Formats: sequence, C-alpha cells, structure tokens
Amino acid sequence: MAADDVKLRVSGLDFYYGPKQSLFDVSLQVLTNRITALIGPSGCGKSTFLRTLNRMYETLPHARAEGEILFDNEDLLSMDPVALRRRVGMVFQRPNPFPKSIYDNIAYGLRVNGTHRGAALQEKVEKSLRRAALWDEVKDQLHRSAYALSGGQQQRLCIARALAVDPEVLLLDEPCSALDPIATAKIEELLFSLQDQCTLIIVTHNMQQAARVADFTGFFLLGKLIEYNKTEVIFKTPAKKETEDYITGRFG
Amino acid sequence: MRWHTAWRKLVNYTMFSLTGVCALVTVGVLFFILGYLVWHGGSSLSWSFLTHLPTPVGESGGGMANAIVGSAKLLFLASAFGIPIGFLGGVYLAEFGGRTFPFVVRYTADLLNGVPSIVMGIFAYTVVVLPMKHFSTFAGSMALGVMMIPIAVRSTEEALRTVPLMLREGALALGASKWKTIATVVVPAARKAIITGIVLDVARVAGETAPLLFTAFSNRFWSPGWNQPTASLPVMVYTYAISPYDDWHRQAWAAGLVLLTLVLVANVVARLSVSGRSAHL
Repeated sequence: MAADDVKLRVSGLDFYYGPKQSLFDVSLQVLTNRITALIGPSGCGKSTFLRTLNRMYETLPHARAEGEILFDNEDLLSMDPVALRRRVGMVFQRPNPFPKSIYDNIAYGLRVNGTHRGAALQEKVEKSLRRAALWDEVKDQLHRSAYALSGGQQQRLCIARALAVDPEVLLLDEPCSALDPIATAKIEELLFSLQDQCTLIIVTHNMQQAARVADFTGFFLLGKLIEYNKTEVIFKTPAKKETEDYITGRFG
Repeated sequence: MRWHTAWRKLVNYTMFSLTGVCALVTVGVLFFILGYLVWHGGSSLSWSFLTHLPTPVGESGGGMANAIVGSAKLLFLASAFGIPIGFLGGVYLAEFGGRTFPFVVRYTADLLNGVPSIVMGIFAYTVVVLPMKHFSTFAGSMALGVMMIPIAVRSTEEALRTVPLMLREGALALGASKWKTIATVVVPAARKAIITGIVLDVARVAGETAPLLFTAFSNRFWSPGWNQPTASLPVMVYTYAISPYDDWHRQAWAAGLVLLTLVLVANVVARLSVSGRSAHL
C-alpha cells in the first residue's frame, strides 16, 4: 500500500464506553478512492469503529477514544469535530430524512455551511440527486415531504444529502439493512459510481455484499481487528482461523 | 364451565360500562358547565357588553370591554416574559445532559407549578407592587408570567424528547453544530407540540384570578399603558358575582361565558391549526 494513497491511518485505537473497553488496539489504513468494507458478527465493534472516524461518539457523555487517527496526516481526534464532519460524511442504518421537503433535505448541509445560495444552491441540489441516482424519480416533486418517498428512495436521499457537501470520505453504517433486495442492488451500483470522487467505508452484516462491493475488507471480532486485506484475500485465502470460520459460516 | 364463561362476560360488560360511563361523565361535566353559562349569561351577551365600559353602580347596562382588553394585555406581557424563559429552559433540559442539574431544574419547575396562585400573587405584590407603590398591569403580568414558566419548560422538554435521536445524528453528521441542530432540525420537527404547549399554557393562566387580586387589582375604566391597575375578566367575574345586584350577576355569567369560550377556542384552534401538516415540512 503506497504511503501517499492513504486517506485514513488508524494506529492503536482503543475505545471505551465508560469503564468498558469495546475496541482494542485497532490499526488499519484506508486507501483513497477505494471501497473498504468492515465485517464481523453483531457486537464486534465495527459500527463503534466507524463512528470514531467522524467522532459521532462525542454525543455520548462517557465515551472516549484513545490512540491515533491521521486524516490526510492531520490528527483526527483533536480536530474541530464540526469541520471534520464536513469532510467525513455518514449514512445511517435506517434512512433518517428530516421532516422537510426533498429539496430542503439536500440543501440542509449546504445551508448550514453557508457556502451556496440561490441558483448555485439549486445546481448543487440537482447534482447531488443525480449522483445518488434519484434525480429522475423526484425532479418534479422536490417540494414534497421527504417522508413521501419509499424506504429505498429515502436512503438514496440520505446519500444525496451526505454527498451534497462533497465529503472526502463517506461512512456507511449498514446502509442496506432496512431495504429490500432491489433497493439494495441500486445502492450498491451507486457506491461503485461514487468511488472515483470519494473514499467509501461501509459496515455490513452481509458478507456477500462486502465480497460484491469492496476493494478491501476488515474483519472485526470482539473489539479486535482480526484481519485486514484485499477482499479477494480475505474471502479466498484468509490468514487467520477466526476469519475463515466466520467466512464459512461456522459462527455468525 | 358455562358458569365461568358467563361470569367472565358479566365482569367484562360491567367494567366496560363503568369505564364508558365515567368517560361520559367527564365529557358531560364540560358540556354542563358550558350549557349553564350559555343559559345564564347568553342573554346578557351583546355587542355593547363587549365594547362598553362598566356603568356606575345602580345603572343597568354597560359592559366589560376594559376587562377583555385588560386580560389580553396581561396575557400578552406575561407570555412575552414567561414563554421564552420556559421554552429555552425546556430546550436545555431536553438537549444538554448531566444528571444533577437537570434533575434539580425539573424538580423545582414541578414545585413552582404547584405553588398556589394566591401565593404567587402575594409574591408579586411584595416584589413589584410595593416598590412601585401602586397596582399595575405590569405587576399582574409578572405574577402570571412566572406561573407560565414551569408549564412551558415541561411541555417544551416533552415535545423535544419526542424527536428521534437519528434526526439529531443526521444533522450533526452533516457538520451542523449542536445549536444549529437544535434550532434548524429538532425544534422545527417538534413545533406542532411546542405551539400546542404554549397555547395551552396561555389558556391555563388566562383564568387565574387570585394573583391578579393584589397585582393588577381592578379598574372601572380603561387603563392605558402598563403602569395602571387594570380590569380583567376573572376578577370582574369575582367582583360582580359576589355583589348584591342582579344586573351584575347576569354580567358575571356573561363574563364567565366569554372567558370560557376564549379558552376553548384557543384550545381547539391550537390543535386544529397544526394537526393537518404533521409529517410534512
């Protein structure tokens, strides 16, 4: 892995919820413009890890992270969290559009940053909806409530909303778990198309999804990163026994 | 076996009837009061009642225009004082964590809510009327405003707590600061419940009589500005109802009808005007 391709360099990350430690000495490197998947059984810490990357854990009073995360060689853990989250976006497990119109949902991030107004804002909204493959379906109803969309459409709306602020990294926390297979397929297609503009990290419960979509895969178990490598290697020739057991379904 | 079934059915039926009757009684009481007021006060209700000042004792006719305007002024200033404080206090309780301080705030708000309104009146008398050396609309508003605070705190807090965490997370993840998240996502998402809470708060305080007795006192004339004693509907009802004049009794009924109607209309309008657009924008 060439040094200048590394977007996020995590070294010795420990994470605590109060006295309880839930991540143990995690180290990995996420490469720019690649899709990285994090897999593992329930409760293994993959979502916790994802949330350290945009410091969403800070909303919880007793959560803390120790160790080092370098984001383009900047110390991520001591950056201004608001500035960080404008560069590292997140899409959640269940679609969470705001109770506003479709247009206002996409425009929200832009308005909060104050970077665009008027016609420039409209262009940005259209561009984001096109990137999320949602424009054709909603272009005539931009002022309808976002809640009028189907689950799959709402999730694509949330992706469009996250993309509107042009994040360098997009974190996706099991984005398809609440969706049907057709909606899931659409979103997976979408992820491929986003790759050249954005670094994607996706947590998934679905191993086949990781195999389909990701360039690199990390396997977590009980708060530790057991193995991290190119997806082909993880799935075809895993180095650790735990990885092989998980992949072959001996536990899950 | 059949006896058991019959017994169970009987118990079911009895309980259902009992609960149904109690529900009817609840509704019935309101309609009874309304009906009584309409019956006794409806005849005295007229355009002149609503627009004229009270006439000297002994003369018939006259109205309560000054009391209606006085109540409106009192409620307006009380809301301007009590609602923002209560609202922002509720925002603090709902959005910022910690265990001891929010617990203390909530507990004291509940205690404040339980303070008898006449005690509020004495408090406002000591703190506002005595230094000013006269009764005033301002003093009355302070007494009412302080009573509005705990209700606004609790109703705002409850309204904000119904907004799901994932909406807040969505906004934070886009780079909104905590305050922006609260102002642009959480409060707008809860605005229906917040507005309902505020209107109910005002309606609840609109009929308070005891605190006004020694703060706004009363007035048989217009009271321009904020520094003069002012008439108000609840105090007028009291004064007229205990008087020896039949004409005044009739006017008291009419005033009671006006007051109750305003409170009911406020309630109904508050709930209707924001219910239609619930999940929308």
